[in-house]
Amino acid sequence: MAAAKTTSGPGGSIAGAARDAILAGVVALGIFGPLVGLKTEQNMQNELVITTRWGLVAIIVGIVIAGRFLLTTTIWPAMTRNKMRDKPAATAGEIAFRARLARWFAPTGLVFLFIYPALMVYFLGFQGSLKWVDNFGIQILIYVMLGWGLNIVVGLAGLLDLGYVAFYAVGAYSYALLATHFGLSFWLLLPLAGTLAALWGIMLGFPVLRLRGDYLAIVTLAFGEIIRLVLINFRELTNGSAGISSIPKITFFGIYSFELSAPNNFAKVFDLPMSSAYYKIFLYYLILLLALLTAFVTLRLRKLPVGRAWEALREDEIACRSLGINTTNTKLTAFALGAMFGGFAGSFFAARQGFVSPESFTFMESAVIVAIVVLGGMGSMIGVALAAVAMIGGTELLRELDFLKAVFGEGFDPDQFRMLIFGLAMVLVMIWKPRGFVSAREPTVFLNERKSISGSFVKEGHG
Amino acid sequence: MEIFLQQLINGITLGSIYGLIAIGYTMVFGIIGMVNFAHGDVFMVSAFIAMIFFLLFTTVLGVSSVIMALIAVMIIAMVLTGLLNWAIERVAYRPLRGSFRLAPLISAIGMSIVLSNFIQVAQGPRNKPLPPVLSGTITLMERNNFAATISYKQIMIWVVTAVLLAGFWYVVQKTPLGRAQRACEQDRKMAALLGVNVDRTISLTFVMGAALAAVAGTLYLTYYGVVNFSDGFTPGVKAFTAAVLGGIGSLPGAVLGGLLIGLIETFWSGYFSIDYKDVAAFSILAIVLIFMPQGLLGRPEVEKV
Repeated sequence: MAAAKTTSGPGGSIAGAARDAILAGVVALGIFGPLVGLKTEQNMQNELVITTRWGLVAIIVGIVIAGRFLLTTTIWPAMTRNKMRDKPAATAGEIAFRARLARWFAPTGLVFLFIYPALMVYFLGFQGSLKWVDNFGIQILIYVMLGWGLNIVVGLAGLLDLGYVAFYAVGAYSYALLATHFGLSFWLLLPLAGTLAALWGIMLGFPVLRLRGDYLAIVTLAFGEIIRLVLINFRELTNGSAGISSIPKITFFGIYSFELSAPNNFAKVFDLPMSSAYYKIFLYYLILLLALLTAFVTLRLRKLPVGRAWEALREDEIACRSLGINTTNTKLTAFALGAMFGGFAGSFFAARQGFVSPESFTFMESAVIVAIVVLGGMGSMIGVALAAVAMIGGTELLRELDFLKAVFGEGFDPDQFRMLIFGLAMVLVMIWKPRGFVSAREPTVFLNERKSISGSFVKEGHG
Repeated sequence: MEIFLQQLINGITLGSIYGLIAIGYTMVFGIIGMVNFAHGDVFMVSAFIAMIFFLLFTTVLGVSSVIMALIAVMIIAMVLTGLLNWAIERVAYRPLRGSFRLAPLISAIGMSIVLSNFIQVAQGPRNKPLPPVLSGTITLMERNNFAATISYKQIMIWVVTAVLLAGFWYVVQKTPLGRAQRACEQDRKMAALLGVNVDRTISLTFVMGAALAAVAGTLYLTYYGVVNFSDGFTPGVKAFTAAVLGGIGSLPGAVLGGLLIGLIETFWSGYFSIDYKDVAAFSILAIVLIFMPQGLLGRPEVEKV
């Protein structure tokens, strides 16, 4: 963090780089020395006492010095050289390979997603597959869906929405309240939750239409927080921070139930051994289909006038307006559609957890979804999906790695590093690849032939 | 009347803290046009630095005078937080000048997440309570068993805020650094052509903002006596609200906005409902941004093609 970075490094001289690295080390010592080296803990009398950890500080400062030295002596000069050198034109074989990769990646990925639970059951048995289908499969797919939903607002229309989790909350609470109070089925409530979320999207979208990028971001953040605070304080309706529990499970289209006591229980009807794996696999396919619906709708909409208008709006709002595009409607449809998919995901989330509380809808959750969209390359569907897999799957995987405990000691909890990694990734991606991992955006409209556009020609997020 | 007076005193105290944080937002926005989302977390880190050094002075080094300890802690917190914000600007914001418009904001959100989670990992997720300091009060008015009081802590907060704001106003209005800052705010390219070191001026702006946030952090810590890694977000958003309400980019506006937000918050929780006090602050933010984006003392922004 403290590796001070200058755009014009001290010309590659070793002495200069060393001096620079020492300076970075001093800065790091100043920052990390007290905050890491002096850990405050409560003792038995509830008083704070200081325990020192100078070894850890030394390691961190060492890493900063070494990292800074490497950056100035090798990495930056190498990067500058790469930039200076003209990129050799890709050979015909390379282009063909890339085209083939692009064409085959999505179908192969889809096939893999559809057989993933079967593979897990085949290799690990029904009980063994639970963790992999539930913690990894469903969890990642929820975030893929949320990422794709937010991608409509941020990636396509270029409106940075920091309160997306509000719509997720609207969907979750709509299902939770209507299902527990009126016993309505998930299949009825799913479209209803989506509609309600979309209405909220329009309601919250309407006043913020006139705002520019960063003001819009802050106002959406405020709306997200207001909704969460209302959920906490409106105890008569939402049961406050205690949340709503025992939300009914989703039925198999009303034919079979997954509740243990029900007469038409799935396992009983087919004389299968009792297991919660069937329900999890069913949920997996359900969220997969919901996510694919999001992707399908987005892909189709991009070809419609409204989709074109979103992308035009993202690139330049003033030009857009002067061409006669109704920016009000364009922005509102983006908000409403994004919110609707957030609402779908929310009601699925409520049904899957069986429990909702305002805890699940904090600003951090919004930040995670924004991070996924940003890291994936705003506007790129595959990129968003890959970012969700990397970030959610990666952090779930951290929990599984037992050898980390052996390295860092028994009390080591990798989960607490989750958000730290998210934050660092956001900063690093902005510096290194501001257009995300998968930054190549195919132009959707082109004259005669398809040309890729350099990022420097577009003003993304200007609106 | 007593209740009103008490809420007024509490509100001004809270407002002073918000005002000090809001200056950091408004200066950075004025000079490079970015919402420094991480500023609230810089404030929180400064409170942690103050907490650690206060503990170090009183328990380990055995400094007996609380006043001396507090002054020393405040100065150390200002220096270290300034250093931290300087490093953050160099690492996370400077490479993004000239990138697309939302890039610095996203980077700042990332930085805010990094800071709060770094503190959680380094110092633990639990509340950090300090033994009460300066616990005396002065009774101003008393009737029907309700006394409007002002505590020594509140007096200290008012005095420190007033002194620092005066010093800060002097720096911005009367020194070469302040002149360079105002020049960069008006036109960065022109200032660079006239020999102002723009990068250095921006760095120093971040350092000054952080130093004021560190004062706010120290005052917050002594006022509430407890700090937690998640304490940066809400005061940060409220201080941003203050900056927007006063007119973002305007320094007197930030102080005015801070006082107003502090007063609105305490009167709201005193007379209406304490549960919804944060909702009130967030609603003001949304309403001001939508209907009055130039704020009370700000200049309306002209959209240029």
